Amino acid sequence: MTAPSPASEPRTDVARALKHAAIAGLVSFGMLLPLIGFRTIQDMRNELVLETRPLLLASFVLLTIAGSLLVSLVLVPWKQRRAAAHIPGESVRRAHWRAHVAKWLVPFALGFVVLYPVIVLLGTGFGGAVKWIDNFGIQILIYVMLGWGLNIVVGLAGLLDLGYVAFYAVGAYSYALLAKEFGLSFWILLPLAGTLSAFWGILLGFPVLRLRGDYLAIVTLAFGEIIRLILINWVDFTGGYAGVSGIPRPTFFGIPFNANDDGFAAVFGLEFTPLYRTIFLYYVILGLALLTAFVTVRLRRLPVGRAWEALREDEIACRSLGLNTTNTKLTAFAMGAMFGGFAGSFFAARQGFISPESFTFMESAIILAIVVLGGMGSMIGVAIAAVAMIGGTEIMRELEFLKLIFGQDFEPTQYRMLLFGLAMVLIMIWKPRGLISTREPSAFLKERKTVAATFVEEGRG
Amino acid sequence: MEVFVQQLINGITLGSIYGLIAIGYTMVFGIIGMVNFAHGDVFMVSSFIALVAALVLTTWLGISSVFLSLFIVLIVGMLLTSLVSWTIERLAYRPLRGSFRLAPLISAIGMSIFLMNFVQVAQGPRNKAVPPMLQQVIVVMERDGYEVTVSYRQLVIWAVTAFLLLAFWYVVSKTSLGRAQRACEQDQKMASLTGVDVDQTISITFVIGAALAAVAGTMYLMYYGVVSFSDGFVPGIKAFTAAVLGGIGSIPGAVIGGLLIGLIETMWSAYFSIDYKDVAAFSVLVITLIFLPQGILGRPEVEKV
Amino acid sequence: MIPDAILRVEHLTMRFGGLVAVHDLSFAARRGEITALIGPNGAGKTTVFNCITGFYKPTEGRIALNRGGPSLWNELDALTASSVRSRKGPGGSLYLLERMSDYLVTMDARVARTFQNIRLFRGMTVLENLLVAQHNKLMIASGFTLFGILGLPVYARAESAAIERAAAWLEKIGLIDRADDPAGDLPYGAQRRLEIARAMCTDPVLLCLDEPAAGLNPRESTELNELLLSIRDETDTSVLLIEHDMSVVMQISDHVVVLDYGVKISDGSREDVRNDPKVIAAYLGVEEDEVEAVASEVGL
Repeated sequence: MTAPSPASEPRTDVARALKHAAIAGLVSFGMLLPLIGFRTIQDMRNELVLETRPLLLASFVLLTIAGSLLVSLVLVPWKQRRAAAHIPGESVRRAHWRAHVAKWLVPFALGFVVLYPVIVLLGTGFGGAVKWIDNFGIQILIYVMLGWGLNIVVGLAGLLDLGYVAFYAVGAYSYALLAKEFGLSFWILLPLAGTLSAFWGILLGFPVLRLRGDYLAIVTLAFGEIIRLILINWVDFTGGYAGVSGIPRPTFFGIPFNANDDGFAAVFGLEFTPLYRTIFLYYVILGLALLTAFVTVRLRRLPVGRAWEALREDEIACRSLGLNTTNTKLTAFAMGAMFGGFAGSFFAARQGFISPESFTFMESAIILAIVVLGGMGSMIGVAIAAVAMIGGTEIMRELEFLKLIFGQDFEPTQYRMLLFGLAMVLIMIWKPRGLISTREPSAFLKERKTVAATFVEEGRG
Repeated sequence: MEVFVQQLINGITLGSIYGLIAIGYTMVFGIIGMVNFAHGDVFMVSSFIALVAALVLTTWLGISSVFLSLFIVLIVGMLLTSLVSWTIERLAYRPLRGSFRLAPLISAIGMSIFLMNFVQVAQGPRNKAVPPMLQQVIVVMERDGYEVTVSYRQLVIWAVTAFLLLAFWYVVSKTSLGRAQRACEQDQKMASLTGVDVDQTISITFVIGAALAAVAGTMYLMYYGVVSFSDGFVPGIKAFTAAVLGGIGSIPGAVIGGLLIGLIETMWSAYFSIDYKDVAAFSVLVITLIFLPQGILGRPEVEKV
Repeated sequence: MIPDAILRVEHLTMRFGGLVAVHDLSFAARRGEITALIGPNGAGKTTVFNCITGFYKPTEGRIALNRGGPSLWNELDALTASSVRSRKGPGGSLYLLERMSDYLVTMDARVARTFQNIRLFRGMTVLENLLVAQHNKLMIASGFTLFGILGLPVYARAESAAIERAAAWLEKIGLIDRADDPAGDLPYGAQRRLEIARAMCTDPVLLCLDEPAAGLNPRESTELNELLLSIRDETDTSVLLIEHDMSVVMQISDHVVVLDYGVKISDGSREDVRNDPKVIAAYLGVEEDEVEAVASEVGL
């Protein structure tokens, strides 16, 4: 092939970019015409009528064209230049820098989460602290814990589970119903709920042991949905759509968080505020999440954890080495389910109210997304993904100032899941193996070397 | 007996819709081994496209002939839905081809969440109800005051489904496109070496699946007269169940599976409990996968050591 | 019948649908020897292996493993008549492998295997591969995870013993310097050796190797031969290997069984087999009475 003359090259590039942009504009016009160009609304007589939004449509099409031009004229050449200008030793330097960051990241993050309520109190005072500790701190930690629990099943054992929320639900309903029925305390019911969830994990794990890959994913999805539908329809037991309300809240070793004389504030001579309960709950979920992390780190260095990872790498080789793959899979399901159950009973205790609405397939998808986006098997990656995805969507609630730009009708919260879905797609395209895709070996002879992502299998189970 | 015949009629109608969606799942799985999670939402989007197209035709252009407007709505719906699906494949799946196995699945789940919320934001969260059309019914049999009826709507659904399946069957079994698809199913690398444009073949597969889903979407809107942004998930899962039941990768299997799922659902509702009809459908999925993973018409998978 | 056999395969038949992969095959492998199962491609060798190691359930026949003295074979018929899969006693244990599923064959009967297309845990380090192989032993030491979670020293001791054992094998196969690298990063020949070392870490009495020399260069092939001979001479493990490359087999095997189209066509010492016209015919793909003509043509 002859090299094109330097003078003509940019022009053809621009011409091609313009052509692509025109096609993109046309496609987006066609696609968006019915859904953006028109809006179906109900008129006074409750009949559907159409409203047109030509300006909105035009701006979307123009945005598409601009985006397409940006990609082909700026992003692609930039990538090519970067690929061409390969600096020797850069990857080494980068790895070095990364190792440096990794060394300090964990202690720093730990310190931060332990001090988080204090930092929030200093930052916002008593007024705004509940929101920041509850909506951000507790909410994110619940998902970190769920992500770490599912990480055992998906990330370590390589078993694709799309129905994880079922165990979250089992934990939540176990706590809610047992606490209401028998008045048992949170600390007694927590291990009980975890055990029940683990039991369900084994129960649902048994029939699906032989299935692989996407089939396993779909069956677990079906199980998750079946459990949710039973929660909806078995009204006598679960309260159906209405759910369970008035769930006893956890106490501070027997001292309730209320405004009474025997309440937490009165006992410790403080002024009553709901903040104490929030802070207490924050440290409970932090403790549970750290327990999950501790147990998982330990398990990875034990035969059972190594067997999980070996199972992900090659199931047939496992069997040839005398590993009981049935038990290995079931323990992974049970451990994952148990942590899901812990998180579930915490969730019920924190909310005081649960209903099937909280345990939809969307929750399973979000948890799985956190695991895969974080990098399967990497606990730090999963935590980062949980912070980014859950924190990111929660922050959408706080963007009230956008109303000043887009007008008072603009409701930023309704874009939360829209952006969540979009972020899932974009992160997968950017990093298909997740944010942290390397693997830390569980044992070493001379030095601990990180295993590059290209060697690590994703599991066929 | 009368109840049974009536539910048979209803079940076949519902099953036709599931079957049309199931073909999209089964073809995509057959060719790139991926569960296209967003397919159910593409179906839902197609329902909205049909809704808007029907409103434009009836309230703006004043076309009163039901069949003419139905015809135009079908064509528009198929074209625009195909465009949507083509774009999704191009942007969200193609960059991930040959990459980490879970990446396309996660991308598809993300796409599904995106589409659902996009429609919710763009069209509002409320159910969209259209005035019922083609309400006439034909009484098939009658006993003790119980009439077994077939509505015109159901007849239209049967006719359109049958016609499209024949056309579609012709395309995949008799044309070079069908050959290219089967070649890609067997071995993509080999197919590209023998001159098959693999990317294009996969794109066309997505387009055909979406076009059939658009027909299902239009039929769904016409049959139930109501659609909402969340209507993609459950029919999508049931259609996927149908694809698995029939044997994933097998196109006649998808149709048979669709009809079976439709019948199971209506019969269960009639004879057992309408509340648990979805549990019945999901249980069928679980039982099929555990005891007959290759489905009714699929090829069994042999474990290689 | 060979009295000091460790493994007896009797009337083994394996059918896949209408296809008969192995037909009425009987042979025995002697304790402390290297037995080779050879034959042209598609002769059914790997199928025999999959039956022995529990990956396939044979259609018919008996596969028995003896972990005791020759007198133990007298009890074989009684064991077969019973419904159990093994007989354990002071004189040693006797197993019916066709009654056991894959992992039990390795865990209980102590038969280990390698694969034709290497099956290492590519994303785990070389050392980790060898630790997974010691799973069952470590599992007990970790109190089925309980002691391990609590961090009791009993597990730490067992683990360092396991690492020592792994290191000894790595020394032997010349991979000690690569212990902390991912197994998928090793060159092909080293992966083959590692897979053998991994199988040896399960403490097998019988090691089944599926085409261990496939794809090796002459130097690696020599190293492999040395490794196998040292396993035979220095450990209590007997070796059963599949090869279709005669030259490798002829250098190290004590006993050779030849298979063609699922049927045994020859069985004996390597000299016997080398001179058996049936074997030559099978390898040349001609009828037996044409062997001489063809052999003189190609200058054998």
